[in-house]
Formats: sequence, C-alpha cells, structure tokens
Amino acid sequence: MNKKYRYLVLALLIIVFLFFAATYLHHQNFEVLNPKGPIARQERNLIYVALALSLIVVIPVYTLLIVFSVRYREGNKKAKYSPNLSGNRIAEAIWWIVPTAIIGVLAVIAWNSSHTLDPYRPISSDKQPITIQVVAMDWKWLFIYPQQNIASVNYFEFPKNTPLNFEITSDSVMNSFWIPQLGGQIYAMPGMSTQLHLEATSVGSFRGLSANISGDGFAGMNFVAKSTSETDFNSWVYSVKNTPNQLSYNEYNILDQPSENNPPSFYSTAQNGLYNTVIDKYVGPGGQMSRMSM
Amino acid sequence: MTTPYNVATIKTHVPDNDTDSKTILGFWIYIMTDCVLFASLFATYAVLHKNTFDGPSAQQLFSLKYVLTETIVLLTSSFTCGLAILSLRQNHKNKVLFWFSITFILGIVFLALELTDFRHLALQGDSWRRSGFLSSFFALVGTHGLHITVGLIWMLVMLVRVWMVGLSKGNIRRLTLLSIFWHFLDIIWIFIFTIVYLFGALGI
Amino acid sequence: MDIFANLLGKLNWHIFPQDTLTRGATVSMGLIVIALFVFITFKKKWKWLWKEWLTSVDPKKIGVMYIVVALIMLVRGGADALLLRAQQATSVGTSHGIMSANTFQQIFSAHGTIMIFFVGMGLMFGLINLVLPLQIGARDVAFPFLNLTSFWLFAAGMILVNLSLGIGDFSAAGWLAYPPLSELQYSPGVGVDYWIWSLQIAGVGSLLSGVNFTATIIKMRAAGMTLMKMPMFVWSVLGCVLLIIFAFPILTVTLALLFLDRTIGTNFFTASGGGNMMMYINLIWAWGHPEVYILILPAFGVFSEVVATFSRKRLFGYTSMVWAIGAITILSFSVWLHHFFTMGAGADVNGFFGIMTMVIAIPTGVKIFNWLATMYRGKISFKTPMFWFLGFVGLFTVGGVAGVVMAIPPADFQLHNSLFLVAHFHTMIVGGVLFGYFAGINYWFPKIFGFKLHEGLGRCAFWCWFVGFLLAFVPLYILGLMGATRRIDHYSPSLGWQPLFIVAGIGAVIIAIGVAFLFLQLVVSIIQRKQNLDKTGDPWNGRTLEWSIPSPAPFYNFAVAPVVNDRDAFWAIKQARKAGDKVEKPKYEDIVVPKNAPASIIIGMFALVFGFGMIWHIWWLSIICFIGLLLTIIVRTTSDDTEYVLEASEVEKIETELRLKRGYA
Repeated sequence: MNKKYRYLVLALLIIVFLFFAATYLHHQNFEVLNPKGPIARQERNLIYVALALSLIVVIPVYTLLIVFSVRYREGNKKAKYSPNLSGNRIAEAIWWIVPTAIIGVLAVIAWNSSHTLDPYRPISSDKQPITIQVVAMDWKWLFIYPQQNIASVNYFEFPKNTPLNFEITSDSVMNSFWIPQLGGQIYAMPGMSTQLHLEATSVGSFRGLSANISGDGFAGMNFVAKSTSETDFNSWVYSVKNTPNQLSYNEYNILDQPSENNPPSFYSTAQNGLYNTVIDKYVGPGGQMSRMSM
Repeated sequence: MTTPYNVATIKTHVPDNDTDSKTILGFWIYIMTDCVLFASLFATYAVLHKNTFDGPSAQQLFSLKYVLTETIVLLTSSFTCGLAILSLRQNHKNKVLFWFSITFILGIVFLALELTDFRHLALQGDSWRRSGFLSSFFALVGTHGLHITVGLIWMLVMLVRVWMVGLSKGNIRRLTLLSIFWHFLDIIWIFIFTIVYLFGALGI
Repeated sequence: MDIFANLLGKLNWHIFPQDTLTRGATVSMGLIVIALFVFITFKKKWKWLWKEWLTSVDPKKIGVMYIVVALIMLVRGGADALLLRAQQATSVGTSHGIMSANTFQQIFSAHGTIMIFFVGMGLMFGLINLVLPLQIGARDVAFPFLNLTSFWLFAAGMILVNLSLGIGDFSAAGWLAYPPLSELQYSPGVGVDYWIWSLQIAGVGSLLSGVNFTATIIKMRAAGMTLMKMPMFVWSVLGCVLLIIFAFPILTVTLALLFLDRTIGTNFFTASGGGNMMMYINLIWAWGHPEVYILILPAFGVFSEVVATFSRKRLFGYTSMVWAIGAITILSFSVWLHHFFTMGAGADVNGFFGIMTMVIAIPTGVKIFNWLATMYRGKISFKTPMFWFLGFVGLFTVGGVAGVVMAIPPADFQLHNSLFLVAHFHTMIVGGVLFGYFAGINYWFPKIFGFKLHEGLGRCAFWCWFVGFLLAFVPLYILGLMGATRRIDHYSPSLGWQPLFIVAGIGAVIIAIGVAFLFLQLVVSIIQRKQNLDKTGDPWNGRTLEWSIPSPAPFYNFAVAPVVNDRDAFWAIKQARKAGDKVEKPKYEDIVVPKNAPASIIIGMFALVFGFGMIWHIWWLSIICFIGLLLTIIVRTTSDDTEYVLEASEVEKIETELRLKRGYA
C-alpha cells in the first residue's frame, strides 16, 4: 500500500465514524444545552459565549501549530532559519494584550452573571412563588411543600412559569442538588440551608440527581421534577393530600434509614417545622454558621 | 561574546558551595513551611473559635494569669538561648552548655505548665471532643507544644554532643539552627498568646 | 485473646478482600512482587541493588527510582481506569456491571490518588532529580541525604496505598475525601485512614523535596548563571517548588485534622459538634489547586527545552516566559474556590474567584504562543519529544477553553461535578502533565543511560495515547453536556449514555496499548542499545549545560565546574568553538562526594510501619517506629562522616576513560 492510499483510507474511516457518531448524538438529549427554564437558558448561553470568545485564541493556536509544523520542518530547505531570533516586542505584546482583552470581557460577564444568576436571588415574576424544602438523605431526596403541607420522595410537581424557591439541606453527608434542564446545582449540607431559585417555562418531566458522591446508593439518588399546568398541579396536590401516609417525625425517622433506589412516594401531611428540625439536629449554639444558613 | 566553559571571565554569580550557608538557607525555608503550617492552624482556629456547641467559650476557660506565667517562662528561655548563642560566638564551651541547660530547663517548665493546663481542661470535661472550638484550640496550642518537645529533644542531643565533642564546626552550625528554631517557636507563641488567649479573654 | 485483640488494633481475619476482583488483583500483585524478590535473590543482585541504587544519594539514580516507581504506579492506576470504564460501559438498567458500588468508589478514589501523587508527582520529582542539578551546572542537590529520604517517604506512601488492596480496604470517598462522608460515622473502615497516611507520608517527602530544590536553585547555580540566565526548565521548577513550600503544609494540617476527627473524636469537619465541613473543602483546595500547578509547571519547563532544542532555535520570549511562570505561581493561590462555586458562597466571592481563575489563563496562553513562536523560523526535527509537544498543544488548548468556560460561576453550576469536568481535568493532566513528562523522559534518557530510546516505538506510544485520549475523553465532554454526573456506578438505559461509555472504554484500552508501547520502547531500546548509543554526550544538538558532559553522566556530573555566560550556555560554547575558540585542557580539581545513606531507607521503613500502625490503631507499633525514626534522624544528623573526597587525579582517570570508551577527545 502506498502512503497516500493509506491516509485516504484513514480519512474515510474517520469520516464514517464521525458520521455514525453525529447520527447517534442527533437523537440524544443534551440536557445542559437543552434548557427548559430561564436560569438554565442563561447558563447555557454563558457557556456558548465563553466558547465563542475562546475561539479567538484557539483558532490562531491551531493554525500556527499546523502552519509552523509544516513550514519549518527540517526537510523544507526553502524556509527561513533564524537560530538567534529570541523575541519580538510587538508579537509578544499582541499575545499578552489580546488574551487579556478577551479575559477582560469574560471577567465582566463572569462578575455580572455571578450576581444575576446567584442561586440565592429570587426570580421576579407576577406569580406567587412556590417554596419547596429539599432534604438529601441516604440515598433519596425528600421534598416538603410547607405552603401545601405535603411531602414526597424522589418526585415532585410544580406549575410551569412559576418561580420555585428551593431550600436545601442534608440529613446525611454532602450532596449536590441538580436538575440539568432547569438550572445549576447547589450543595446540600447537613446543618445548613442553601437556596436555589428555578423556573420551568414548559411542561415536562425533568431528571434531577445528586451530583456529589455520598456513599453506596449515590448513583440511585435520582428524582423526577415534573412541570405541569396550574390546574394539573392543583389536582396533583389534591391527590397527594388524599394519600394515606403522613410524614410525622416518627415516619421521618423510618424514612431516614439508608435505602437505595427508592420509588416515588407521597405524604398527605408533613410535620410542622420538620425542615428546621432536620437542620437543628446538627446545629448547636455557635454551630455551622455562614451565609449558607442565613 | 562567548567563551569556552573552562575559562572564567565574567563572574556575575558565584555558586555557594559552603555547607553552612546552604544549610542555614534550607532551614529558613523549612521555617517558612512551618509558618504556613501554623497559619493553617490559626485559620482553623479563627473559623471554629466561636463554635462552642453549648460548651464553654474561650472567655470562660482561659486564665490570663496562668498563660502570662507560661509566656514569661518561654520568653526568658528565648533570652537565655540568645545568651547561649553569644557565648557560642565567643567560642566559650562551658558558657554555651550552661545557657542551653537553662534554656532546656525553662522549656521543660513551659511544657509542664502547658500539659497541666491541658490535663485540667480534659478532666473538667472540656477536652478536644467537646466542641469545634476546643478541637481547634488543642490542635493549635498542641502543635506548638509538639514543636517545643522536638526542640527540647534536639537541645538535649546537642548538649550531649557539645559536652562530648566540643564546639566543632558542625556543632556550631547545628546550634545556630536550633536557636533559630527556638526563637521561631517563641514568635509563634506570641501569636498564640495574642489571638487565642488575649482575644479569647476579651471575647473577640 | 483480649490482649491480642488490643495488640493487633483493628486487624482481624476479615480484613482480606472478599470479592473476586480485589482478590485477583491482590494475588497477581503479590505474585509479581514475590517473583521480583526471587529473581533478585537468584541473580544475587541484592548487594548491588543496595549499594548502587537503594542507598545511593546520586540525584540521577534517585530520579530513575522515582520514575520506575511512577511507571509501575501508572500501570496500577491505569488498571483502575480500565475497571472504571468497564463498569460504566456495562452497568446499565438491570445489569449492575462487574463490581459493587463500594468497590467502584474505592477504585476511583485509588485511581485519582495514585495518578496524582504517585504517577504525576513521581514522574515530576524523577525528572527534576535527573535534570535540575545538571542544568544548573551543579554536582548534587543542596541536601543529598534529605533528597533520598524524600524518595523513601514517597515510596512508603506508595506501598501503603497498595497494601490497602490486600489488607483492609481503600477510601471510597473520592480522591479528596470530603467530610462528612470521610468521617468515621459514614466511613467506618480503615479506607480513609489508608488514604490519609499514604498521602501524609508521601506529602512530607514532597515538602522536604520542595525545601531541598529551592535551596539547590538559589545556592548551587554555576558561576555566571544569574537568575535570568537560568534554563526555562529551572525557572519552572523554581515556581513548582515554591508552590510546594507554600501549599504542602496546608495538606499536612488538613490530613492531620481529618485523622484526629476519625481517631480521637475531635470536631473539625464533623457535621455536628461545632465542626465545619466547608473549612475542609477550603483547606484541601487551598493545597489542591496549587498542586495542579505544581504538576504542570515542570511539564511546561520540559516543553520549553524540547521546543527550543528540536527547533534549533533560542526560546522565544524568555522574559515573557519567566513572568508567565511567576504570574501562574502567585495566581494559583488565589483561585481555589472555583472548585466549589456550588457551595453557595455568594455572588461577590464567586465572581472574584471566577475572574482570578480566568486571569490565570492569560500567562498560560502567552506561554503557548511563545512556544509556537519558537517554532517560527526554526529547523524543526520531529523526534518523539516533539510529537508529545504537538499533542500537548492540541489537547491543552481544548482543556484550557473548557477551564475558562467553567471559570464563569453560573456556567460552572451546570458543569460542576459532571463528566465534562472530569474530561477537562484529564485533558490538563494527561495532555499537559503526562505528555510533558513523557517528552522529558524521551529527551533526557540518553543523558542518564548513554543511549537513545527507540524512535518508532516512541511514536507508536504517542499515537496510541493521543487517539486513545480523544476516544476516551471526547465522549465524557459530551456526556457531561448530557447531564451525566461523575462517579456513578450505574445509570438508566433510557438516558442513551451507554454507547458513549463504550467508546470511552475503547479509548481507555487504546491508551493501555500506549502504555504497553512505552514499556516495549524501553525494553527494545535496552536490547538494541548498541545501535542507539549516544557517543557525543549531545545527541539532540542541545542547548543547556547537561549536554556538555559525557553520556551517561558521571556520578559527579561535572569534572570541571562550568561557567555560564549565556542563557543557552552550551549552545553558546558550541558556537564559540565553531568560530575558532580552542578547547583548553581541563584543570581537574578535588570533588567532595556524599556517601551512601542507608539511614534514608530505614527512615522510609519506619515511616511505613508507623503509618500502618496508625491506620490499624496498633499504637505500640507506631510508638516504637516513631522512636526508631527519631533515633535514626538523631544518629544521622549528628554524624559528620557523610562525605568523601574524590581526588583530582581520580577524576582525570575517570574522565579520560569515559571519553576514550566513547571514542571522542
């Protein structure tokens, strides 16, 4: 086989591989890039903007790498050779200044977006927000609706276009609460309450998970966040209210036993102040204190 | 512009192959790492010192009088250590032995005072298990005490060495390092005294 | 029985591995070690090994030992990686793959720990030991005994990690063991203690190396080698060791506090009792982020040497490069919080650390452009090290972009702890660190052993690594964007992730073939060494001092202490000679050489057993070892008989023989 032929076959193989890969990926759900809410959408846009700005550096790097490798290879007798060339003020100034400028732009974006997309910042809306208290347990998620006084495990529903105020803690080790299609994650830590504000703009079932290793049942700590219409949400609340189980403190302690891959379950009522009781288990006077708990 | 390597024409920088200066520099670098180590422990204390978890606070626990005694003992030992180094400069073996012995005894007294304090705290139920605050207190002050212990062992070894071999070049170097170490521990103690005990007593 | 129970701490008959996978690994590893011992005994090589290697304080030999250990650990860590890939490729829906969740978690914890501490750091210290004294024209490091001790502490840590395979278990809490998961309540076994003590012991070794090399660079440079005439590798090592000095004590404290939490019930990082787990995460990353720059800076240095040498040109923008290293060194201490933007620290804090993180990309970008400019108007000879360089620029740029994206806090909220992040840091550490050190090994090998490594097999290794890397990690970038989180041992088939995991697995296998090629290259090169002999001492037309002496470098490095007048010291000498400067007959002088130091290996052994006792709560054993350790140090440090003088006539004899044997004047 001569060399050119070999390269041709190699190129073809790569193209075929890429074609199959692209076809396959075309049907997949890129959850991070396929947002269903304003927070996730803005976060995705940030990823795109940063990528685009980076290209200003990446394209020259690749171009120069290839051009120089080919042009200044040893065998090329035509190329110039300047063994003592050791610097050039203008050139160096360019590659100090251009990346600095790009980073300058990105820095402004990072600073502003850190504030506008601060997970603690409530989403402004004319709708009354819904508060959902989240407890990460070994190894499942408990959702408490203090306003509706219901609770559920590994599943929750909410009306679309309504801001969700999550208050998040853990009754075990550290976990990270993440619904990729609605927006970014935040840690769930025992003795502390973190906040996250999300909203969905369309109906659908979204995958939620723990993104931080928490022990044996970690991989099974998935839940479903279902966005519905206002009426569907109300009827869901109504149906939960009619389930037999009640989340008393005793019932909570039973639930607290380690278990894996729990199916969704529902509680018609939840003990008053349960969420704070869970936090207080860990906090003595002068216990964990930080912005997270304020 | 250039010359062959075995002709020394320009000597802008001359390598320093003297063992003493290398060792002393190396020791200073080590001291710097120890500073970082203590800085981490101070940071830990700063984060946790209010986390009393229903246990006693610094204000309730520490007696400034007692700590002041400890401080004076340690500062005096630093002073006698300095006198020992002065005698070393004069190449006066017996004086060196005398002042380092005094330093050693003062060091032992300091350590004894500290351990008594620790024992007292532990016995009244305020051990490192009690709260985050006490954990960080014992870690910080205990690490200093551990350093003091190491310094004392070192001093003992050096006393024997000097007594047997005399003020050899190697021993002079080692004694110099030891004195750097001892003064360093003194400075760390000043920080402990201020941040842990003084601020503690003031309830900061 | 009671007494024995107390005497043996937590040790009992149930500590041996229960599952077939671990058992198989333990047995095969044990057999290899036994076979090695038998082989050495059979060949009667123990004495030789002891005198020539294990107790030798020659930094070149210490460097080789570091690299040997690191390459063996690369196989161990690589085997871990293959198991992880196999599990994730098969554990879908009703199938739960080839191992339990706990085993999976132990394996990824071990993989990360081993790859960073015992492969990355091992290769790094190996190369620094090999090259740094030679490049600054020194005959040794500042503290030769300390240097060997560092190595044996490193080795002791390595042995502890591997002991956990057969005796007890390893941490299942990830490579940085976040509490409360790593606290006694949630990890009651000895796994986390193994993790703590292997890192603690190896970490102290690294810290001592940091002190040692800093003093070496400051005090032992050749006459005339001002700071701004130092080779770029030396600059990068200076940045690296300064970071070690400032970062590693933080690790020492953090590990010690976690151990106290687990052992005597303190409340530093506990969820209750007034502890603060967030403090652990801050502390561990205040060390951990500088740590990645500790690993990468010397790799940058290697590339600076490689590019200049193989482009036959001066390094472009030396001053810029120095400033870039300085900037990276300092900035790397101000970015640690970007590892946990998702902790809820507040917009101002997140914004600040996000910006600092991006700023660090500027000097890194400058370095890349300077390397490219070094190729400009060069005469590039594409030897194996150059291939690693090209691969590095290709991958590192992508990894860097991913890093900049994640530096924006809200973007990180969506990428944190996902496989995108995993792909990002593997791009940096494989494409940057490993590629750099492989290039370095290929480049400096002839200086140490006197013959070059096989060119063709080196390229095969490179292509396997490069293609394997793309196949293994591009799917992970994609998976991350699909919302796949890291460290999962199982997932649902409906997510459609399996084909990507399978491709990643194939990529890992190709990388494994690349590792095999690396070893094959070594074996074939040794067999065919006669054909690749380096007779001139300067096989690549080098630019720095190490190429001015014969290969393999004699144990005293330089027969005549060199004088430096130029950044590219040896290049300048060669130019001067070409222009007609005569080589004068060297004037040999007496050389002070340090004696072998058996105390180092004894310290290493005591540290190993001390750590073992701490892990298993066998307190008497630890106390005895600690006293032994102390006595060894006292005896060694109070001894004045640690050096001998190699007389000038002896040096002349050796040098003449060396040159005659190599057939040049």
